[in-house]
Amino acid sequence: MPDADTPHLSIRGLTASYGSRAVLRDLTVDIPRTGIFGIIGPAGSAKSTFLTCLNRTLELTPGAGRTGQVLLDGEEVRELDVSDVRRRVAMVLPLPVGLPMSIYDNVAFAPRMAGMRNRKELDGLVERCLTQAALWDEVKDRLQELGTRLSGGQQQRLTLARALSTQPEVLCLDEFSIAIDPVTTMRIEAVLVELRQTMTIVMVTNLLAQARRIADRTLFLLNGEPVEEGPTNALFEAARDQRTTDYVNGRFG
Amino acid sequence: MVGAVHALCRSAMSLSASMPVEPTTPELPVEPLTARRRNERIVAALLLMATLTAALPAVGVIGLLVVKGAPALSFTFLFTMPISGMTAGGIWPAIVGTIWLVGVSLAFAVPVGVLAGVYLSEYAGDGWLARIVDLAIVNLAGVPSIVHALFGLGAFVLFLKFGTSILAAGLTLGVMTLPVIITSTKAALQSVPHVFRVACWNLGATRWQTIRHVVLPNALPGILTGIILQVSRAAGETAPILFTGAAFYLPILPDSVWSQTMALSMHVFALVTQVPNVPDEMKYGTALVLVGIVLAFNSASIALRVYLRRHRRW
Repeated sequence: MPDADTPHLSIRGLTASYGSRAVLRDLTVDIPRTGIFGIIGPAGSAKSTFLTCLNRTLELTPGAGRTGQVLLDGEEVRELDVSDVRRRVAMVLPLPVGLPMSIYDNVAFAPRMAGMRNRKELDGLVERCLTQAALWDEVKDRLQELGTRLSGGQQQRLTLARALSTQPEVLCLDEFSIAIDPVTTMRIEAVLVELRQTMTIVMVTNLLAQARRIADRTLFLLNGEPVEEGPTNALFEAARDQRTTDYVNGRFG
Repeated sequence: MVGAVHALCRSAMSLSASMPVEPTTPELPVEPLTARRRNERIVAALLLMATLTAALPAVGVIGLLVVKGAPALSFTFLFTMPISGMTAGGIWPAIVGTIWLVGVSLAFAVPVGVLAGVYLSEYAGDGWLARIVDLAIVNLAGVPSIVHALFGLGAFVLFLKFGTSILAAGLTLGVMTLPVIITSTKAALQSVPHVFRVACWNLGATRWQTIRHVVLPNALPGILTGIILQVSRAAGETAPILFTGAAFYLPILPDSVWSQTMALSMHVFALVTQVPNVPDEMKYGTALVLVGIVLAFNSASIALRVYLRRHRRW
């Protein structure tokens, strides 16, 4: 077990580009173990691109590439097995996606692909993940129904349960509340506040209030460049950079 | 509110009618109501006539076959050997031969076609190689069946020394059906939304796991539809088996893929054009059996599509 004081994710001089266009430039930041790490910034700030560097899904885009280092517990993620990286660094995307299979199979999918076959173990894992995602009570009597038939808010919690099914150490969320109702948003936020005790959460959000509510530290990205990073309160109340002050006070973006 | 503003403007305009600048909206020409109704009826009638003209041959062909061929249908006709130089007896070896030929063509074209479709849809990306292969497949689909026959003669019968055999004829049919199986497989795979793949990749599933467990199961009905349509095409084509394995008159059942065989399509051709003194009802009866088999497969394909539409999973 790595030292609790070393950063969980250590980003060194990260530059990501699509073709010849660099969208994220020279980001160096440490993401501490456990807690919620918020990332804010206007559209086009490469917030999502940053997340795809963490779990190596950037590589799925033809022509995309990066330089610099992304260290997970001190190890460069590019040198680890790609499936392992994606199981350790889970991802929740903006739009809810129920896979076209039963609710149970949605959650059991990733563990099965990782080789878990024992029915009892799977049952326990499915229940635990759905409970963690605050969905269990609504679906426990219809686990065999299609995941795609759930409402949008339920599907986003199903997506969250699926992300938790690999028992990840890092959970990335990319504007998870963009397509769901405020009630579900608040429920998921409560889930995240619970999970941050044991998990490192990287939360990209367009909602300044959301970062302010639950992020422990916040990074402000602007046009692909890191502007400022620090404890959320300090960033919102006493930013060092004028651009941060302007953004968090709604003067642009 | 808006109407009131308009009215105000208009009255202002009429007040200034004497002024030189006067923007007026041109009046829409009004067609008399009766004329409009008449035109509607003419168009509807034209469209209906075109549709009936298109449906007429199909109804005519099947009607004619049923009326003239149905009396020939009997257990003896279906399940015994032809006798007296094909002017009497049954068509059993032709039915069996057609099943063999379709079986061999599927055994070749389904695995190759489906795997190629998977590659083109899921792995190839959009590079120059994929484009060239795509173009080749489209062109292959447009090659006339008689040219496929000559290719089969050269490649399978002579070069690979299979002789005129079920194997050579089946492979020729397989090559002919390949492009459509590839294209329909690719289309079926691509109708599965991309977000499902992304979700699986994000969960650490490999490309193949994603295809095997999420993409293929949901594309399967579409892939099967394409295959079934090609079954009926393989059963019906005559030219590709003409030089490669179909026998004119061979009243024994094939015992391996190296045998020659009779086939229904070829048998219809032979009865109608090559053999004198065949009773008409035998000719029609044979054609009816062939069309019946083809229609049965097409109906299965339609049923599958209806099932697919009712059981959409997203």
